This record gives sequence, structure tokens and C-alpha cells, in this order.
Amino acid sequence: MTRVGALTALAAFAVAVVAWKAIVVVGGLPPFILPPPEMVGARLAEAVAEGTITPHLRATIVEVLLGFAAGALVALVIGYGLARSALVERVLSPYLVAAQATPILALAPLFAIWFGPGLESKVLICALIVFFPVAISTMVGVRSVDAGLLELGRSLRATRFQVLTTLEIPAALPNILGGMRVGVTLAVVGAIVGEWAGAREGLGVLVNLARGSLFDIPLMFATLVTIAALGIVLYALVVLVERRLVGVR
Amino acid sequence: MIGVAGGGDSRGRVTVRDVALTFRRADGPLHALDGVSLDVAPGEVVALIGPNGSGKSTLLRVIAGLLAPDRGGVAVDDRPVTRPDPTVGLVFQEPRLLPWRSVAGNVRYPLELAGWSHARREARLEELLALVGLEGAAGVRPSQLSGGMRQRVALARALALQPRVLLLDEPFSALDALTRERLNVELLALWSRTATTGIVVTHSIPEAIFLADRVVVLSARPGRVLADLPVGLPRPRAMSTLDEAVVSPLARAVRAHLEPVAA
Repeated sequence: MTRVGALTALAAFAVAVVAWKAIVVVGGLPPFILPPPEMVGARLAEAVAEGTITPHLRATIVEVLLGFAAGALVALVIGYGLARSALVERVLSPYLVAAQATPILALAPLFAIWFGPGLESKVLICALIVFFPVAISTMVGVRSVDAGLLELGRSLRATRFQVLTTLEIPAALPNILGGMRVGVTLAVVGAIVGEWAGAREGLGVLVNLARGSLFDIPLMFATLVTIAALGIVLYALVVLVERRLVGVR
Repeated sequence: MIGVAGGGDSRGRVTVRDVALTFRRADGPLHALDGVSLDVAPGEVVALIGPNGSGKSTLLRVIAGLLAPDRGGVAVDDRPVTRPDPTVGLVFQEPRLLPWRSVAGNVRYPLELAGWSHARREARLEELLALVGLEGAAGVRPSQLSGGMRQRVALARALALQPRVLLLDEPFSALDALTRERLNVELLALWSRTATTGIVVTHSIPEAIFLADRVVVLSARPGRVLADLPVGLPRPRAMSTLDEAVVSPLARAVRAHLEPVAA
């Protein structure tokens, strides 16, 4: 990001915080409805200091990363199959769409029953939610490979593997990474939903605790801010990888 | 002289025997070629000229081993062509460069696919860049190059594996007239240095005469050989040859064959 870009982003953030504060003051809202930003900030700092948030954050990060890796990996393979085989597409696509159309919210409790309140159920939910955007973007990307380049490859007697590594993957990369941007943010949603459906720790659990037994609304907001920040950081990481791999063309 | 072609005079003979090819399409069969025969001697340059849809590009793809004919066959140095052969270089109408690779990366591409060692690859790369005058542009992306420069990269890439035969499918047709003329002159110089057999598809009668030892006129679909006219012009040829070619008796002869079918 350029210096001007960074300043602009900072300014936009400041405006959002001021607007938040204005809503609290003008609306005369009590802290259990909408706590002011400085109260949430202070609660966040306190929670970090006393170690309330960190174990939950760590649990969620592990779920998201494992789920994203698993989901994206399977999606790359299936997405390639969808692009290169009409049969695979015809056989699989109804199930893929059905899996995507079924609300993850409805599946999460089922997964919690099947796989228990541990890591597995959350990783599976994350993987499932990441799968669709990455698989579809892989399919679109692989199909976008210029037919002229494929003919060039054929004229140079490129093997299937060489076509894959030197033509199809580089050509599909911008699409794939676009799908991963969507996927990584969805993975955070998946982890939180999974934790809601049953877990011992995680930011989703903390939201539930803060809202319920603790009735600590500032803590709840502090947790929400943490979840949003996690999403932003992961998204930025994918963008960074994209800059590295795709660069200027 | 740089060792570009890698072959002596006896290599690069192309024999096309009675080739016929029909594309089966949803809206009925398309007879592209019907009994085309052609002999190109080692080191000879032949121009293929004909109206749109006369199967010139199809014929080139059959020679390159990218398309299998329904009847007849093609041989390079008495070896039947059944699939693409690295000893046959191909330049397409569009440059077809890999946009994510630099100029050097594109020129190196055939060498990588063929499994050349790093040292050999880099040495060959330098020769090739020098050959087409791109020494200074090795690290540049294709998107930053002009059309003429891109087609030079494509030419260097086609020559990378030291082909005995170079096939060019209207290689400069997308370029402006001046760039096109300059590249034609360079191509001619390149041929004189490499002794590579050449078959070039073109729409331009002067270009055909300027580049080739023989001009072969194909008929409208289905493609057949209408005429096979020798070009008597001595080599080396200069830009002025191109101007003279426009009004030459040979140009008139080629046009006479083209006009009834192209009209």
C-alpha cells in the first residue's frame, strides 16, 4: 500500500469510529445496547491483558487455517476436474450446488453431533464453506487458458504435466486467488458458526459467553472487533500472496 | 554466422502427398483440403497464397503434425509426420506469448519443455535474443512490447530448438505496413543465415514473391494446388525487390490464378 493509501485507510477508520461514537451519544444508547468505541477499546485491552481473548483467538485461527487449507486443496483438484472433464462436471455439479445452497447454519449442529465439540467439526465446516468459491474459480480459471497457448504447448510436445504447470496453473492463478480471497473470509464465518453449534473454545464461544452468562456487552463487542480484524488480516495475506505470484502482467 | 539451424543442406526436406482433410462440423462437413501435394527442398522457401478459407493454415497445421489428414501424408526428411515434431518450428498469426513470462522466459520456454540443462539454455537464449535483436529486452513483459517486437519474440522462440523447417502462418499480418516490411527484410536475412527450410502462408502477393523461392497458389475451399510458380529473383534481396515485386510479371501471374477464385 502506498503512503497516501495508508493515510486514506486510516482516515476512513477514524471517520467510522467517530460515527460510532456519534450514534451512541445522539441516540443516548446504554452500553448494553451499543457501548461507545472507547469502552470497547478499553475492554479489548483489558481482555488481552488478562488473557481472556488469546486462547479463544488461537483456537479460531487454527480452525480457520486448517479448514481453509483442506477445503482449498480439495477444491483445486475438483475444480481442475470440473474444467477438464465434461463428465466430472455433469456428475458432480448438482451435489456441489446442493452443498453450497444448504445453509451452513443448518449443517453446523449436525457436524457437532457427528464429530464432537473438538477441532474436527470446525475444520470440516470451514473446509466446506471454502470449497465452493475456490472450486468454481479454479474451474473458470483453468477454462480461461487461451486455446492458442494450448496449441503452442502441443506443437512443442509439452507433456500433460508440463501443460498443467507452465500453462494452466499460471493462467488460472488470478482467478484461483480471487476465489481464495472470498474463501478465506468465509472460513472465518464458518469457524464462528461451528463454534456456536458446540465448542469448548474459540471466538464464537466467547461471543456466546459474553452475551449470556457473563452479560458483558463490551466484551462481546471486543470479540466481534477481534473476529473482524482476523478476517481483514487473513484477506490481506491472500492479497499479498497474489501480488507475489501474479504480479504485473 | 551463428549456428542457428543446426542442420546441413541435406536436412529439412518436406514432402506433402495427396493430403485431404475434412472437418466434421455440426452444420455439415467442411472440406478444407482435397489432394494437396507439395515438395519443398532443403533450405528452400515456399510461399503459400490463396483466398480466405483455402486451407492454407490447415495445410500448415498438417505439416506441423497438429492435425492428422484423412488421406495422404506428410514427411519431413522421409520421416512421416504423425505428431508435432520439435524439429519443425511454428510461428502463428498472433505472437502467442505467455503473458506471465518475460521475453527471455518466453524464448526459453521450448528449451525448458525439451529438458535442456540450465547452462545450455542460457547460452542458447543469448544467441536467440541476438539473432532477433532483442538483447536489451530480455527482462521485459510481452505487454510492454510493440506488436513487431512480440512477433520477433515468437520468431526467436520458434527457432529455439534449431528446427530444420520453419512454418509461418501469416506471421506479420497483424502489424502495420512499415513494421511488416522491416520484419520481412529481417526474416530474409535470418533465412540466409540459418539455411532453414521455410513455408510461409501469406495474403500478400509482393510479400510472397519477396520472401520465397516458389509461390504456390491454393484454390478456394476445398484447397488444391492451382499453380506452382518459381521466383527467379536472385538473393540476397533488398527492400527495392519488394517494390519491384509489386509490378513484376510474376505478380501478375499469381494474381491471374487468384482472381477467378477470390472474386
